[in-house]
Amino acid sequence: MLEIQSLECVRDDRLLFSELSFSLGEAEVLQIEGPNGSGKTSLLRILCGLRLPEAGRVLWQGESIRSNREDFYASMVYIGHLPCIKADLTVLENVRALLDTRSLTVTGEATEAALAKVGLASYEDVPGKALSSGQRRRILLAFVELAGARLWVLDEPLTALDVQGVALMESMILEHRAAGGSVVFTTHHGMQLDCEMRSVRLGRIARSAGQGENQC
Amino acid sequence: MIKSIWHWIQRFSSPKHFYGMSAKLIPWFTVSALLVGLYGLYLGLFVAPTDYQQGESYRIIFIHVPAAWMSLFVYMVMAISSGIGIIWQIRLADMVAAASAPIGASFAFLALVTGSLWGKPMWGAYWVWDARLTSELILLFLYFGYMALQSAIEDQRSADKASGLLAIVGVVNITIIHYSVEWWNTLHQGATVAKFDKPSMHIDMLIPLLLMALAFKLFYAAVVLVRTRNEALYRDRNRRWVRELINEL
Amino acid sequence: MLKAYYYLLMRDLRLAFRNRHELANPLIFFVLVVTLFPLAVTPTTEALRAMAPGVIWVSALLAVLLSLDRLFKEDFDDGSLDQLMLSPNPLVILVLAKVTAHWFLTGLPLVIIAPLLGMFMALPDEAGAVLIYSLLLGTPVLSLIGAIGVSLTVAVNRGGVLLSLIVLPLYIPILIFGANAVDVAMDGLPVRGQLLFLAAVLVLALSLAPLATAVALRITASR
Repeated sequence: MLEIQSLECVRDDRLLFSELSFSLGEAEVLQIEGPNGSGKTSLLRILCGLRLPEAGRVLWQGESIRSNREDFYASMVYIGHLPCIKADLTVLENVRALLDTRSLTVTGEATEAALAKVGLASYEDVPGKALSSGQRRRILLAFVELAGARLWVLDEPLTALDVQGVALMESMILEHRAAGGSVVFTTHHGMQLDCEMRSVRLGRIARSAGQGENQC
Repeated sequence: MIKSIWHWIQRFSSPKHFYGMSAKLIPWFTVSALLVGLYGLYLGLFVAPTDYQQGESYRIIFIHVPAAWMSLFVYMVMAISSGIGIIWQIRLADMVAAASAPIGASFAFLALVTGSLWGKPMWGAYWVWDARLTSELILLFLYFGYMALQSAIEDQRSADKASGLLAIVGVVNITIIHYSVEWWNTLHQGATVAKFDKPSMHIDMLIPLLLMALAFKLFYAAVVLVRTRNEALYRDRNRRWVRELINEL
Repeated sequence: MLKAYYYLLMRDLRLAFRNRHELANPLIFFVLVVTLFPLAVTPTTEALRAMAPGVIWVSALLAVLLSLDRLFKEDFDDGSLDQLMLSPNPLVILVLAKVTAHWFLTGLPLVIIAPLLGMFMALPDEAGAVLIYSLLLGTPVLSLIGAIGVSLTVAVNRGGVLLSLIVLPLYIPILIFGANAVDVAMDGLPVRGQLLFLAAVLVLALSLAPLATAVALRITASR
């Protein structure tokens, strides 16, 4: 499904990784590992086409994601470090706004069910500013649930989540995998996934640009 | 065929290759700029006839006009190489654009200074809101915007692309700005201000003018090569080819 | 596609109306700046009329400039901008929605309040009407061009002055023709040419600026 070909990423004159290649098939879960500053976020942003790699390319269904953006974005969902939540919109409006950018029409019941699943059942009309940061992250989980995407790209999805939240995320990933979907994620918290999982390790490369070798 | 051309372009445009090649070109451009410039100045200052209306003071056009032309020309170079950098991801093109900006701004500044020096005997004031001077001033602002954006963004690659896009937007605008300023000027000042250009120019004035224009172009070529080399060295300071270069010293 | 446009436009309008107190700020700024001129120069009718077109247009320009930040800043800070860029819809359409919302929230109010300022500056009625037309055609261009500037500077810390530095030169043609249309109308001369020029620039900006903004946003996201 997703294929990464000899990616190279340089940030602030530091070579984070180069000649990085891997692929991701259906129903696969892949964890990107590595210490702080090893380029996990940059890699995920490259995967979804937000960032341009210094070299290499990302293919979706055999085609470069830059040439078939529309298909690719219709089948992937990304959540990053930032909450994407508007303080002045209610929980329900926030979820809707996120779904609207993807032109998804989701029924009211489905939305409510998703909100209930992430533990925001009675919060539909509460404005974003009244929520804790964990609750804001939960809105994102509801969004991921409703987005109907085959590929999930999750950057530190456990940030600010409590124990139940972590368990919820884990079960969501398992369900998604069982339905044939794939997940790429990073995390610093232990994620206990009861399934086969691959990992790509990004090492901290002390050498600078142009001298590095493959580190994965 | 296309692939081999592409391959050749990529090889040719690698900073390392450029660094070696430009070293050979710079002396040629410098010397020819000097020779053409000196000859042009000689013709312009001593051979060209005195203007029957403006006396000797008109001779500043041999600096002013080429500088004004160059300020526009360099902006075009900047926009085109930025476009190449954005579309084909050629780093050398971005370096050329970044290296050109201060040179172009200097040309614009020179055109403004010489223009206002010329204005004093002509109009009795150093600054008159003449259409060309005003356009030149706006062009200088566009250069400042480009350079400010370039230096405000820390990530080199985004800085190049962002300021490059600004340069391209600027080119579309320059035409509109030029047209509207012309129009604004005729509207507000009409024929009271003498125009810089004459309907026809004596051939003895035209030749030194064209020579000076050529000299300015050669000078720009030499300076932009030097500046691009510096840019390449600085940006690639951690790359192997620069390291090897340093070790050879 | 149209749906995505509509929903994003509505989201931005709704967000703005939830913060009603901020809504009036550019408008008050506009009126305030215009008010400064009679105080600083002189309030005689002739003097007011002479400077009215320029003063009103420059103030409108500054009011739009100061409000440009809200086009993308908030979306950038909370990550929504990334989501917009990951939308299967063309980014150009979404940009257009954001710009439309911006114009509804700043440009349009300026157009509506303009007659009042015409009165402050002793503009004759015909010139007042032309002022409205010129603002109606010109302010969307200010939003469209401004969007390119904001999308290039939104990631820069303290990018405010930088934004004015790159956007103001691009605003000059609009200023010249907008102010001149009003000026000419006061002399009772035809203003068709000026208004047609503004309309032409509007069409040009409408077709090119969103494209440039979309490219600029992708560059900004690629840090």
